[in-house]
Amino acid sequence: MKKYLKNTWDALWTIFIGMKVTWKHLFIPSVTIQYPDEHRPIPDRARNRLYVNIDDCIGCMQCQRACPVDCIDIKTVKALPTDELGLTSKGTKKALWVTQFNIDFAKCMYCQLCVFPCPTECITMTKVFEFSEYEREKLLYNFSNLTLSEVKEKEENYAKFMEKKAAEKAAAAAAKAKAAAEAKAKQEAEKKDNDNKPSSEEKDS
Amino acid sequence: MYDLLTNLLGNQIVAYVIAASLPLIFVLTFVLFAVLAERKVSAHMQDRLGPMRVGWHGIIQTLADMLKLLQKEDIVPEGADKTLFNLAPLLTFLGTYAAFAAIPFAGIYVGSSTAIGIYYVTAVSGLVVAGLLLAGWASDNKYSLYGAMRTAAQIVSYEIPTAIAILTMVMVSGTLSLMKISDMQTAHFWNWWILGGPETGIVKFLLIPFMIITFLIYYISSLAEVNRTPFDLPEAESELVSGYHTEYSGMKFAFFFLAEYANMFAVSAIAVTLFLGGFHSPIGYLGHSLGIDWLVPVEQFFWFTFKGTALVFVQMWLRWTLPRVRVDQLMVICWKYLIPYAVVNLIIVGIITLL
Repeated sequence: MKKYLKNTWDALWTIFIGMKVTWKHLFIPSVTIQYPDEHRPIPDRARNRLYVNIDDCIGCMQCQRACPVDCIDIKTVKALPTDELGLTSKGTKKALWVTQFNIDFAKCMYCQLCVFPCPTECITMTKVFEFSEYEREKLLYNFSNLTLSEVKEKEENYAKFMEKKAAEKAAAAAAKAKAAAEAKAKQEAEKKDNDNKPSSEEKDS
Repeated sequence: MYDLLTNLLGNQIVAYVIAASLPLIFVLTFVLFAVLAERKVSAHMQDRLGPMRVGWHGIIQTLADMLKLLQKEDIVPEGADKTLFNLAPLLTFLGTYAAFAAIPFAGIYVGSSTAIGIYYVTAVSGLVVAGLLLAGWASDNKYSLYGAMRTAAQIVSYEIPTAIAILTMVMVSGTLSLMKISDMQTAHFWNWWILGGPETGIVKFLLIPFMIITFLIYYISSLAEVNRTPFDLPEAESELVSGYHTEYSGMKFAFFFLAEYANMFAVSAIAVTLFLGGFHSPIGYLGHSLGIDWLVPVEQFFWFTFKGTALVFVQMWLRWTLPRVRVDQLMVICWKYLIPYAVVNLIIVGIITLL
């Protein structure tokens, strides 16, 4: 009987203790962070979406080579000697037009390996991590600041330049060959002249 | 109220319809806010925020949910008994709503001023069991059936301590009419039955502890009757998906929800009427002191809703405090603790009232 009464009392008493606890919690400020409106601070060294400062890029392709998943795709065109590309913020001279600098964030695994080899520190990790898209193609980011027509122009320029150079070279070569041929012909003519008498020059050579 | 409406409209049928639909308006508004309150209370007790995005602090979240439920497909499972499946939610809500007919909301408004009010309420609440049992049976789902069986066992068991506690109150007040019981506790809060009622002298002080025990017994068993935690075995989410309404979707599910929350208020309203002075103000009426007659019913309605809502809040509070009991514990609480206490309490109160 005593135990029975004690059970009853314990049950009621513990319920009141529990209610006291929940009552206190009713007035504790909530720990919720309402995500899209509020953000938790991102750590300083967090690895998120990459950003390329294309003005500083010299097109050395070291990041492309470092990437373990091959998500970076760079194409470059050599600049003409007359083109003015300017300097990077570190003072390096740029020699290449970066016609394409694609990073496929569907492939990227945020390892930051591309960031370290960059000689001009133009590829960096940002704090942007909310960039979901409905289509996978939209995750392909092109950081090059050249328009398609500009790219075409640069390529044509380079091709023309190379053609010109090749033509010059060919001309030079032709001229040289011509000169050589002339010289040879001259020599041969001389040889013909000196055919009968043995020459000490010829023997030496 | 009928007389007033009949005089106003000149048509008895219209007056009846309006008078009968008034509690429905109240129930719907109450449920709208109770569902939100439940979510908010649960959230803040767990240091969360709860619904925040629909309106200011999620104030119209329930409306949005209701719109969602209205648009949902009304699924009837293949193996289900179609007639019973469709009947069950209506029957459940009917049982709950019928109980509101005898509850006095204010001095001038009670659905039916019947002399056997509390008896009628106890009897008609039994219809809810039938509805839930039908729902579980017709769903053709083992979880629903388990839930329904548990509901039936639980509600039928806990009707006994409820009935004995109500009997105690009927004994001390000497009437079954809820209106008369309310009027006994008028004027000030020391006239409430939980504080000895309108009795005087030594009897009042002897009654107080036993009235508190009666109140606790009634409150605990009423928790079990409306399937609230710690007695929510019939809808135990972790065991039975959600019990008898597992297979229900859309508006039919909403009906069960409505019935559950309406039932919460109904049992709280009975507790308020029996123990906490019904619709009477604990501190006297402003309308009387200012001499404005129409203010009195408004105040009465306010006090009734306030007390009822406070008890509903305690139900929510308990829900987020206590874990669910096991089936054997459920039966032990009922048969080994509540019923003996209730019977002994009844006898002692009987002796005291003889003094």
